Amino acid sequence: MAVVRLSFSPAPVHVRTARLVGVAVARRAGVRQGLLDEVRLAIGEACTRAVALHQQHNLPDPVRVEMSDDGTYAVRVVDRAPIEAGADLAALPPYELARESLSEDALTTGVGFALLAGFVDDLLVRPADGGVGTEVQMVWPLDR
Amino acid sequence: MELSLATRTVGGFAVVVVGGEVDVYTAPQLRERLFELVDAGAEHVVVDLGRVDFLDSTGLGVLVGVLKRLRTAGGSFALVCDREPLLKIFRITALDQVFPLYSTVDAATGA
Repeated sequence: MAVVRLSFSPAPVHVRTARLVGVAVARRAGVRQGLLDEVRLAIGEACTRAVALHQQHNLPDPVRVEMSDDGTYAVRVVDRAPIEAGADLAALPPYELARESLSEDALTTGVGFALLAGFVDDLLVRPADGGVGTEVQMVWPLDR
Repeated sequence: MELSLATRTVGGFAVVVVGGEVDVYTAPQLRERLFELVDAGAEHVVVDLGRVDFLDSTGLGVLVGVLKRLRTAGGSFALVCDREPLLKIFRITALDQVFPLYSTVDAATGA
């Protein structure tokens, strides 16, 4: 089993780095080429969400990402925000998306979760180990 | 790849051609350009996503924000997109039911 760990300051510019690393490790682990765009998008969404939570709560702590291949390709993105802040993940229906009073941040959160749920068959959102923060775990099959 | 933005006028439409990656880092640039256009009086705006190779929820949030702003002002907003990976993003988020989506700029501008 190979493990790659990455931690980055909660700034938008580093989300791209996390996507690049996540896809590079996925490719090396043997994730099917046709899934790599979805891996890239999902890792980006999970990291974007974590960065947004850290910024909302003025948390300078790094966002942690762990990639591992042990029969499957698993990516865990862990934030340090209060758990209740990360619990409002829900996809929004079309009429809600177009509602005038819905803020851009709320819309982005709902759309982000719809993308995670849509592109990751095996998605788990749970409290992080240690009781602070949320862990988003995404798993993809390996083609080998 | 960095974000690229180019604006031209087709009939009464302001057409913004977007290229590169639209994500949490670059979406503010897209928001600024589109809001500048609207503030300058553009009523009918078309965003051509033909050269976009990555689009995430923050980019989608910006596009919805501009759609709402133009709709409130009595204008129109449409997207040009004919690539399946991006179209899948619109379907999964149900935003294909929110945006007018066209496969070409000509179709979006009625040229």
